[in-house]
Amino acid sequence: MWDLYFFISLIVTGYIFGQIHERRHYASIKQREQETMHMVMISTKRPLGELSPIKDARLVQGGVVISVDYFKRIVTSLRNFFGGNIRGYETLVDRARREAILRLKESCPDATQIINLRLETSAIYKGNGNQIGSVEVFAYATALYT
Amino acid sequence: MFVTNIEEIPGKRIVVCYGVVSGSTVRAKHVGRDIMAGLKNIFGGELEAYTELLTEAREQAMERMHRQAEALGANAIVNVRFSTSSVTAGASEIYIYGTAVLVE
Repeated sequence: MWDLYFFISLIVTGYIFGQIHERRHYASIKQREQETMHMVMISTKRPLGELSPIKDARLVQGGVVISVDYFKRIVTSLRNFFGGNIRGYETLVDRARREAILRLKESCPDATQIINLRLETSAIYKGNGNQIGSVEVFAYATALYT
Repeated sequence: MFVTNIEEIPGKRIVVCYGVVSGSTVRAKHVGRDIMAGLKNIFGGELEAYTELLTEAREQAMERMHRQAEALGANAIVNVRFSTSSVTAGASEIYIYGTAVLVE
Protein backbone atom coordinates (compact mmCIF):
# COMPACT_ATOMS: atom_id res chain seq x y z
CA MET A 1 0.00 0.00 0.00
CA TRP A 2 2.84 2.41 0.90
CA ASP A 3 4.38 1.69 -2.46
CA LEU A 4 1.25 2.93 -4.15
CA TYR A 5 1.19 6.12 -2.06
CA PHE A 6 4.82 6.71 -2.90
CA PHE A 7 4.17 6.21 -6.59
CA ILE A 8 1.19 8.57 -6.58
CA SER A 9 3.09 11.24 -4.68
CA LEU A 10 5.93 10.97 -7.19
CA ILE A 11 3.50 11.50 -10.03
CA VAL A 12 1.84 14.46 -8.31
CA THR A 13 5.11 16.19 -7.40
CA GLY A 14 6.43 15.46 -10.87
CA TYR A 15 3.34 17.01 -12.42
CA ILE A 16 3.35 20.15 -10.26
CA PHE A 17 7.08 20.88 -10.41
CA GLY A 18 7.30 19.86 -14.06
CA GLN A 19 4.55 22.28 -15.03
CA ILE A 20 6.10 25.11 -13.03
CA HIS A 21 9.51 24.47 -14.57
CA GLU A 22 8.14 24.31 -18.07
CA ARG A 23 6.09 27.47 -17.77
CA ARG A 24 9.00 29.41 -16.29
CA HIS A 25 11.36 28.11 -18.90
CA TYR A 26 9.06 29.03 -21.79
CA ALA A 27 8.61 32.53 -20.35
CA SER A 28 12.37 32.99 -20.14
CA ILE A 29 12.92 31.55 -23.64
CA LYS A 30 10.35 33.87 -25.18
CA GLN A 31 11.79 36.92 -23.49
CA ARG A 32 15.37 36.12 -24.48
CA GLU A 33 14.33 35.30 -28.03
CA GLN A 34 12.86 38.78 -28.27
CA GLU A 35 16.09 40.26 -26.96
CA THR A 36 18.32 38.42 -29.45
CA MET A 37 16.00 38.67 -32.43
CA HIS A 38 18.17 41.32 -34.13
CA MET A 39 21.04 38.84 -34.57
CA VAL A 40 21.28 37.29 -38.02
CA MET A 41 21.56 33.55 -37.76
CA ILE A 42 21.41 31.26 -40.78
CA SER A 43 22.23 27.65 -41.53
CA THR A 44 23.92 28.16 -44.88
CA LYS A 45 27.67 28.21 -45.30
CA ARG A 46 27.78 31.60 -47.04
CA PRO A 47 26.93 34.80 -45.20
CA LEU A 48 23.89 36.81 -46.31
CA GLY A 49 24.86 39.58 -48.72
CA GLU A 50 28.36 40.94 -49.11
CA LEU A 51 30.21 41.19 -45.83
CA SER A 52 33.43 43.07 -46.20
CA PRO A 53 35.95 42.99 -44.79
CA ILE A 54 35.52 40.10 -42.36
CA LYS A 55 37.93 40.66 -39.49
CA ASP A 56 37.37 37.51 -37.50
CA ALA A 57 35.58 34.18 -37.70
CA ARG A 58 35.06 32.11 -34.61
CA LEU A 59 33.44 28.82 -33.70
CA VAL A 60 30.68 29.43 -31.17
CA GLN A 61 28.65 26.88 -29.27
CA GLY A 62 25.89 26.40 -26.76
CA GLY A 63 24.52 23.30 -25.10
CA VAL A 64 21.92 22.22 -22.57
CA VAL A 65 20.70 19.03 -20.92
CA ILE A 66 17.04 18.96 -19.95
CA SER A 67 15.21 16.26 -18.10
CA VAL A 68 11.60 15.23 -18.34
CA ASP A 69 9.55 14.94 -15.14
CA TYR A 70 8.15 11.78 -13.60
CA PHE A 71 4.55 12.46 -14.56
CA LYS A 72 5.38 12.87 -18.22
CA ARG A 73 7.45 9.75 -18.21
CA ILE A 74 4.52 7.69 -16.92
CA VAL A 75 2.12 9.29 -19.40
CA THR A 76 4.59 8.54 -22.17
CA SER A 77 4.77 4.88 -21.30
CA LEU A 78 0.97 4.76 -21.62
CA ARG A 79 1.14 6.66 -24.89
CA ASN A 80 3.61 4.11 -26.20
CA PHE A 81 0.85 1.58 -25.90
CA PHE A 82 -1.77 3.54 -27.86
CA GLY A 83 0.48 5.42 -30.23
CA GLY A 84 0.19 9.06 -31.27
CA ASN A 85 1.93 12.31 -30.51
CA ILE A 86 3.86 12.48 -27.27
CA ARG A 87 3.33 16.11 -26.31
CA GLY A 88 5.51 15.93 -23.23
CA TYR A 89 8.58 14.95 -25.17
CA GLU A 90 7.84 17.35 -27.99
CA THR A 91 7.97 20.31 -25.62
CA LEU A 92 11.05 18.83 -23.92
CA VAL A 93 13.05 18.74 -27.14
CA ASP A 94 11.66 22.08 -28.29
CA ARG A 95 12.74 23.76 -25.06
CA ALA A 96 16.19 22.20 -25.25
CA ARG A 97 16.75 23.31 -28.85
CA ARG A 98 15.62 26.88 -28.28
CA GLU A 99 17.67 27.13 -25.10
CA ALA A 100 20.81 25.81 -26.84
CA ILE A 101 20.40 28.31 -29.68
CA LEU A 102 19.87 31.13 -27.20
CA ARG A 103 23.01 30.20 -25.30
CA LEU A 104 24.93 30.15 -28.55
CA LYS A 105 23.66 33.62 -29.44
CA GLU A 106 24.36 34.96 -25.97
CA SER A 107 27.97 33.75 -26.20
CA CYS A 108 28.70 36.11 -29.10
CA PRO A 109 26.60 39.28 -28.70
CA ASP A 110 28.87 41.34 -30.97
CA ALA A 111 28.83 39.03 -33.98
CA THR A 112 27.67 40.53 -37.28
CA GLN A 113 26.29 37.25 -38.58
CA ILE A 114 26.13 33.71 -37.30
CA ILE A 115 26.38 31.25 -40.16
CA ASN A 116 26.30 27.49 -40.69
CA LEU A 117 24.25 26.67 -37.61
CA ARG A 118 24.24 22.98 -36.79
CA LEU A 119 22.22 21.24 -34.11
CA GLU A 120 22.98 17.94 -32.57
CA THR A 121 20.68 16.01 -30.27
CA SER A 122 21.61 13.09 -28.09
CA ALA A 123 19.85 11.14 -25.40
CA ILE A 124 21.45 10.67 -22.02
CA TYR A 125 20.79 7.35 -20.43
CA LYS A 126 20.36 6.82 -16.75
CA GLY A 127 22.17 3.99 -15.06
CA ASN A 128 19.16 1.75 -14.48
CA GLY A 129 16.68 0.92 -17.16
CA ASN A 130 17.07 2.31 -20.61
CA GLN A 131 14.21 4.74 -20.69
CA ILE A 132 15.31 8.07 -22.06
CA GLY A 133 14.91 10.55 -19.24
CA SER A 134 16.84 13.49 -20.57
CA VAL A 135 17.96 14.97 -23.80
CA GLU A 136 21.04 16.97 -24.72
CA VAL A 137 21.02 19.53 -27.48
CA PHE A 138 24.22 21.08 -28.68
CA ALA A 139 24.31 23.94 -31.16
CA TYR A 140 27.38 25.18 -32.97
CA ALA A 141 28.01 27.75 -35.65
CA THR A 142 30.55 30.19 -37.03
CA ALA A 143 30.32 33.78 -35.85
CA LEU A 144 31.55 36.42 -38.29
CA TYR A 145 32.81 39.79 -37.11
CA THR A 146 33.26 42.80 -39.35
CA MET B 1 44.29 29.22 -33.89
CA PHE B 2 41.31 29.97 -36.16
CA VAL B 3 38.49 27.49 -35.87
CA THR B 4 35.30 27.50 -37.97
CA ASN B 5 32.71 25.01 -39.12
CA ILE B 6 32.63 26.36 -42.69
CA GLU B 7 35.02 25.39 -45.46
CA GLU B 8 37.25 28.42 -45.19
CA ILE B 9 38.47 31.17 -42.93
CA PRO B 10 36.75 34.28 -44.34
CA GLY B 11 39.24 36.91 -45.45
CA LYS B 12 42.15 34.45 -45.44
CA ARG B 13 43.64 32.17 -48.05
CA ILE B 14 44.36 28.49 -47.42
CA VAL B 15 47.92 27.64 -48.45
CA VAL B 16 48.57 24.18 -47.07
CA CYS B 17 46.17 21.39 -46.10
CA TYR B 18 47.37 18.94 -43.46
CA GLY B 19 44.42 16.56 -43.39
CA VAL B 20 42.02 15.52 -40.67
CA VAL B 21 42.69 16.21 -37.00
CA SER B 22 40.49 15.03 -34.15
CA GLY B 23 40.08 14.94 -30.41
CA SER B 24 37.89 12.85 -28.16
CA THR B 25 37.01 12.28 -24.51
CA VAL B 26 34.88 9.80 -22.64
CA ARG B 27 33.53 11.21 -19.40
CA ALA B 28 31.39 10.08 -16.51
CA LYS B 29 30.15 12.13 -13.60
CA HIS B 30 30.65 11.24 -9.97
CA VAL B 31 28.00 9.54 -7.87
CA GLY B 32 26.82 12.69 -6.08
CA ARG B 33 25.93 14.32 -9.35
CA ASP B 34 24.22 11.18 -10.51
CA ILE B 35 21.96 11.17 -7.46
CA MET B 36 21.08 14.83 -7.98
CA ALA B 37 20.28 14.07 -11.60
CA GLY B 38 18.07 11.21 -10.43
CA LEU B 39 16.09 13.65 -8.29
CA LYS B 40 15.83 16.10 -11.14
CA ASN B 41 14.39 13.29 -13.20
CA ILE B 42 11.35 13.40 -10.93
CA PHE B 43 10.89 17.18 -11.01
CA GLY B 44 12.04 17.89 -14.54
CA GLY B 45 14.11 20.88 -15.59
CA GLU B 46 17.67 21.47 -16.61
CA LEU B 47 20.37 19.10 -15.38
CA GLU B 48 23.09 21.70 -14.76
CA ALA B 49 25.59 19.06 -13.67
CA TYR B 50 25.33 17.28 -17.01
CA THR B 51 25.43 20.50 -19.00
CA GLU B 52 28.63 21.40 -17.19
CA LEU B 53 30.06 17.92 -17.65
CA LEU B 54 29.50 17.97 -21.39
CA THR B 55 30.88 21.49 -21.72
CA GLU B 56 34.05 20.46 -19.95
CA ALA B 57 34.32 17.33 -22.06
CA ARG B 58 33.97 19.37 -25.25
CA GLU B 59 36.62 21.82 -24.08
CA GLN B 60 39.01 18.97 -23.44
CA ALA B 61 38.35 17.29 -26.78
CA MET B 62 38.76 20.64 -28.50
CA GLU B 63 42.09 21.19 -26.75
CA ARG B 64 43.30 17.78 -27.88
CA MET B 65 42.36 18.60 -31.44
CA HIS B 66 44.17 21.94 -31.18
CA ARG B 67 47.31 20.24 -29.93
CA GLN B 68 47.25 17.77 -32.79
CA ALA B 69 46.87 20.59 -35.31
CA GLU B 70 49.67 22.58 -33.70
CA ALA B 71 51.98 19.57 -33.87
CA LEU B 72 51.37 19.45 -37.62
CA GLY B 73 52.22 23.12 -37.96
CA ALA B 74 48.70 24.28 -38.81
CA ASN B 75 47.31 27.63 -37.71
CA ALA B 76 43.64 26.98 -38.45
CA ILE B 77 41.05 24.21 -38.37
CA VAL B 78 38.14 24.36 -40.80
CA ASN B 79 34.94 22.38 -41.21
CA VAL B 80 34.78 21.26 -37.59
CA ARG B 81 32.13 18.66 -36.71
CA PHE B 82 30.94 17.44 -33.32
CA SER B 83 29.54 14.08 -32.47
CA THR B 84 28.26 12.62 -29.22
CA SER B 85 27.58 9.03 -28.33
CA SER B 86 26.82 7.25 -25.10
CA VAL B 87 29.23 4.36 -24.86
CA THR B 88 28.04 3.04 -21.52
CA ALA B 89 25.42 3.98 -18.94
CA GLY B 90 26.30 7.26 -17.25
CA ALA B 91 29.14 8.17 -19.59
CA SER B 92 29.29 9.90 -22.89
CA GLU B 93 31.86 10.23 -25.60
CA ILE B 94 32.55 13.50 -27.35
CA TYR B 95 34.36 13.41 -30.65
CA ILE B 96 35.43 16.50 -32.55
CA TYR B 97 37.09 16.46 -35.94
CA GLY B 98 38.10 18.95 -38.55
CA THR B 99 40.63 19.70 -41.26
CA ALA B 100 43.91 21.32 -40.27
CA VAL B 101 45.12 23.99 -42.66
CA LEU B 102 47.65 26.78 -42.90
CA VAL B 103 46.19 30.18 -43.75
CA GLU B 104 47.72 33.56 -44.52
